[in-house]
Amino acid sequence: MAEPATETQAAAPVVALLKNELDIVIPTIRNLDFLEMWRPFFQPYHLIIVQDGDPSKTIKVPEGFDYELYNRNDINRILGPKASCISFKDSACRCFGYMVSKKKYIFTIDDDCFVAKDPSGKAINALEQHIKNLLSPSTPFFFNTLYDPFREGADFVRGYPFSLREGVPTAASHGLWLNIPDYDAPTQLVKPLERNTRYVDAVLTIPKGTLFPMCGMNLAFNRELIGPAMYFGLMGDGQPIGRYDDMWAGWCTKVICDHLGLGVKTGLPYIFHSKASNPFVNLRKEYKGIYWQEEIIPFFQQAVLPKDCTTVQKCYIELAKQVKEKLSKVDPYFDKLADAMVTWIEAWDELNPTGPVPNGKAA
Amino acid sequence: RTLRAGKLTERVLKLFIATGKDEVFSLIQALNIQVTVTPVLPTRALRPDLTSFMNEWRTIFSRFHLIIVKDPDLKEELKIPEGFNLDVYKKPDIDRVVGTSTSTIFSGYSCRYFGYLVSRKKYIISVDDDCYPAKDNKGILVDAVAQHITNLTTPATPFFFNTLYDPFTEGADFVRGYPFSLRSGVQCALSCGLWLNLADYDAPTQALKPEERNSRYVDAVLTVPARTLMPISGINIAFNREVIGPALLPSLRLGGEGKFRWETMEDIWSGMCVKVVCDHLGHGVKTGMPYVWRNDRGDAIASLRKEWEGVKLMEEVVPFFQSVRLSREAKTTEDCVAEVANVVKEQLGSKDPMFARAAKAMVDWVKLWKSVGSSTSSPGA
Repeated sequence: MAEPATETQAAAPVVALLKNELDIVIPTIRNLDFLEMWRPFFQPYHLIIVQDGDPSKTIKVPEGFDYELYNRNDINRILGPKASCISFKDSACRCFGYMVSKKKYIFTIDDDCFVAKDPSGKAINALEQHIKNLLSPSTPFFFNTLYDPFREGADFVRGYPFSLREGVPTAASHGLWLNIPDYDAPTQLVKPLERNTRYVDAVLTIPKGTLFPMCGMNLAFNRELIGPAMYFGLMGDGQPIGRYDDMWAGWCTKVICDHLGLGVKTGLPYIFHSKASNPFVNLRKEYKGIYWQEEIIPFFQQAVLPKDCTTVQKCYIELAKQVKEKLSKVDPYFDKLADAMVTWIEAWDELNPTGPVPNGKAA
Repeated sequence: RTLRAGKLTERVLKLFIATGKDEVFSLIQALNIQVTVTPVLPTRALRPDLTSFMNEWRTIFSRFHLIIVKDPDLKEELKIPEGFNLDVYKKPDIDRVVGTSTSTIFSGYSCRYFGYLVSRKKYIISVDDDCYPAKDNKGILVDAVAQHITNLTTPATPFFFNTLYDPFTEGADFVRGYPFSLRSGVQCALSCGLWLNLADYDAPTQALKPEERNSRYVDAVLTVPARTLMPISGINIAFNREVIGPALLPSLRLGGEGKFRWETMEDIWSGMCVKVVCDHLGHGVKTGMPYVWRNDRGDAIASLRKEWEGVKLMEEVVPFFQSVRLSREAKTTEDCVAEVANVVKEQLGSKDPMFARAAKAMVDWVKLWKSVGSSTSSPGA
């Protein structure tokens, strides 16, 4: 039976890797009590809190954390008319935090995610594992049967070509969840009592050409390598769909990573997901997505980016164009989404004016 | 009643058997109901004394029919303990079935393919004779056969990655964002297991890290995505012989092929073919559990003094297989293998005579499979 770690205060003092190069982005609408438990692991880092919902409400941040907080008024003030691309009343608003960050790496986590325990009972420093994942190469071109060959105690297996053993830079690290698994509403309704108690001690690179459902609950990425692709779409208030923000970002990110020769890892670290959202509410948010994803997945699986898309922004704009061409017929929502994708890139470039950084090589 | 209703499936039969009731067993025997899914284990005999190997596996293997194939180059007599339901094939048997000129393809580790050829069962499980049952994280002995069968009899999901790994295992499911149309999955044709202790590393890696032992038990089975290739080790695998039997084949033989696993590439080559064929025909390949405990043997540094043939070879082999595209007309496994053989001959044959020989071996294998492998009567031991 999975339980969260409670004695994290007693956790050994951590060497805070990338202390000045990583921001933790947290979307919240309620409170940030969960940070108390993460304190030994998070306190050395800068937090970016994106407050969703009513901006007049005050969100109390626990003492001792270094943070900046943005509510809807701030978002509107900073982006002006471009604020239309940032969702309201949905955790998708977190991507505003990615945009305003000035750091190289981002770790994002939901406010109902706590510290998990590994099978030995030790508290898991999820951030530290994400950093390890991001700082070691990925291997998307050939599958290693012993999973991440760069982990201690593992290596490339017989038959793995030596020319592929250097790997490629890791753009994103996708963590998993013990306790409440990330199921969609229909699955939650059918299996309301199912809990994920299986600790799978593996990190692996998702092969090139393979898509996956990216969950935003426990995610880290290299903002310099892939940041502009992490747009979490138009969800929530006034939109016909919800709970597909991270999915959308994940599909765009994976297509672009595949094109630019970057890697995406999944597996460790685990966090302890404590809150099961209401499946009926979820069903109402998701149901259009459940139909639409049947069209969306083939679209992304077949998406080809031209060779001259050598930066993330160029790739993303091209994707937006293809979304407008090919998905608008599914629903006019995609027309709006495609426009919002372009607005996002414009806003990103405005707030991050160093210009497009060449990222990897075009496939 | 179930029989009359025509509803006796394997699953239902298993439920009856699980009751442990004597009346059920005697009825099954009386009616001669055959469980068609009994796996066969062609354990290649590369060392003559199989006593400790078979005794370690006894509780797991004794329920099944075993095929033991003796490496035709092995001179000593085999020592096999009592109490197993098995057929043993040695050089004279191999010669009788395929002819003395052909039997050379079954030397060394490739002797296992003879077992695959003569088996008449639906599923095959194949384990090297230096592997023993492993223990999981709770200290419980892993029934590798049962896990392979579970892998082969539950669907695979090659078209979209499930982040919680095998969605059909207990306690797991498809995650949010997984398209519903892809949730029924496809048939799993191949199950690739892993190894604790001595992992399947090549000679350079083992020479570099002589003390490294794999102690990480990863509690997962996952489907290898379509169009993703991987090194498929022959040390601990299982497959659906009815579906892809002909695609596991002895064809690539290194010039300096030796008697240790890291001196061979035959399984890696065969595995590439199998994956390409599975991808084309829409079958799944799983990897992960079960683990076996692989024992130490051999001296990797001594092997390094031989040619690095196999290691160098992969630089060609991998890009080649990644580029192979089979035609729409290739609808059976045999057709697919024949097409791959053709492409091997055309694109790689001129680079190294070893590839030309491999291509020919593949063509010959398809013929051999058609004549020996798919006949309805067993060739007999």
